[in-house]
Amino acid sequence: MMTQFFQSRLFLLAALVLALIIPWLVYPVLLMKILCFGLFAAAFNLLIGYAGMLSFGHAAFLSTGGYMTGYVMSEYGLTTELGILIGTAASALLGFVFGKLSVKREGIYFAMVTLALAQLVFFLYVQAPFTGGENGLQGIPRGKLFGVVDLSNNMVMYYFVLAVFLAGYWFIHRTIHSPFGHVLKAIRENEPRAISLGYNVRHYKLMVFIISATLSGLAGSTKALVFQLESLTDAHWHMSGEVVLMTLLGGMGTVFGPLVGASVIIGIQNLFSGGELGSYIHIIMGVIFIVCVLLFRNGIVGELNKVLKNNF
Amino acid sequence: MATTDVILETRDLTKSFKGFTAVDKVNLSIQRGHIHALIGPNGAGKTTVFNLLTKYLIPTSGQILLNGKDITPIEASTIARMGMVRSFQISAVFPKLSVLENVRVALQRKEGNSFHFWKSDKVLNNLNEQAERLLDSVGLLSFAHAKTLDLSYGRKRALELATTLALEPEMLLLDEPTQGMGHEDVGVVADLIKKVSANRTILMVEHNLHVVSRLADRITVLQRGAVLTEGDYATVSADPRVKEAYLGIAATEEAA
Repeated sequence: MMTQFFQSRLFLLAALVLALIIPWLVYPVLLMKILCFGLFAAAFNLLIGYAGMLSFGHAAFLSTGGYMTGYVMSEYGLTTELGILIGTAASALLGFVFGKLSVKREGIYFAMVTLALAQLVFFLYVQAPFTGGENGLQGIPRGKLFGVVDLSNNMVMYYFVLAVFLAGYWFIHRTIHSPFGHVLKAIRENEPRAISLGYNVRHYKLMVFIISATLSGLAGSTKALVFQLESLTDAHWHMSGEVVLMTLLGGMGTVFGPLVGASVIIGIQNLFSGGELGSYIHIIMGVIFIVCVLLFRNGIVGELNKVLKNNF
Repeated sequence: MATTDVILETRDLTKSFKGFTAVDKVNLSIQRGHIHALIGPNGAGKTTVFNLLTKYLIPTSGQILLNGKDITPIEASTIARMGMVRSFQISAVFPKLSVLENVRVALQRKEGNSFHFWKSDKVLNNLNEQAERLLDSVGLLSFAHAKTLDLSYGRKRALELATTLALEPEMLLLDEPTQGMGHEDVGVVADLIKKVSANRTILMVEHNLHVVSRLADRITVLQRGAVLTEGDYATVSADPRVKEAYLGIAATEEAA
């Protein structure tokens, strides 16, 4: 019932209208941050929620997208869409390499291999000259979309980011509800059986891993342009953990969970940063994580779904 | 010797786990069209043999030949595509998919669209009719849109069979198909196996000797990882060594 509600046209239309008017009410840069992380978490959710694979190295894809886009935009002054395309493609390529090396492993071993590879990428970015090391890339130009639309205005940029976000979300929706998505669900439900039906499970896992990495890169590329900054924070393993938290808190395997999770986490970070409680932010996050794991494992959207299902 | 039509053959198939030899030089040869049963007391290595044949385990040494082709180095999913499909001890279904979707995901592979992440899943509806026919053949048509999770155990096994048949395998490997079933379900599943064995070869691991006696054309008895004896039911059941293996009574004592 609840899924019917959340996927009803009325609900989607209302959400879209809200998304269109909200930058007039809330600071658009904060909204863009939420959209970028929402897309990042949704890409991660595709992997864990629909293929049952827990990656602990997704920071590498977010940061690769960001650094590559930032670098080519700063150095060559490309148009926005080209810059984003290059960053996203770089993450896709990295996703292929990571996937090739990790999808043979399962569960905790898979998580550890992805973490190790992401750490490798982190140290590479610490040393590599084009990332600006500890300073990061600063003052990245947003460029002109198709060489025409100037994105330096935050309101214009917001609508562009919203379009990227919607395209990414639509792409994930399509993947889940495709012939490929059906095989993925079968693999998640019963992997040995999927093998016995003749599916070479590793190829499917590699494919979904690349899709997830690509969309994470898209989120990273877009985010770098929003803040006109790319730094090591995005490549650090904390970031890989944060996306796990967002997805779990919002609701793993739900359509809107990742966006809700990203909104809550970023909202909290925004609320406390700068204030007196700023230095306690990690403790607060930790408590949220524990509460989430202990009390509502299905996440906010997952629990909401349950309530709606039982009462209506 | 080579004149008989052998579909699956093993040569000195061996599997050791850290010094413990679970399967010891097993030579099997399964005739095309037979229902061949693999029996033996607990720990005799039946399931290990099974997992070796279907490549869920890698043999330590020995060879496996399917239709005369050496399949020892080939991957599990490839073997399924070559026409030899296995079932599992615990009913292997996709619990959160609908009953129809379970069968459809098996049919889907041959469509060649399983990597198409950009297409709508509506293309899969072409397979509904075929899936319904398969469900009908195992008596599950009225459950087509039920969630698989809610089926009874016997029905899950029937669904598993329908899913397997969707692949049109020439050889089926069934791992204890009636295990954990009530008396009535056992009969139903045994009938089903008989029904689907037409034009197919079946190798089954089975504990229920009543089912074995009813279905099997040929029986191989395993004990401590090695072949104890082989033959039809009458031969095997008359063999004093088999009684000993099952009951733990020395045949000589019994005779005395």
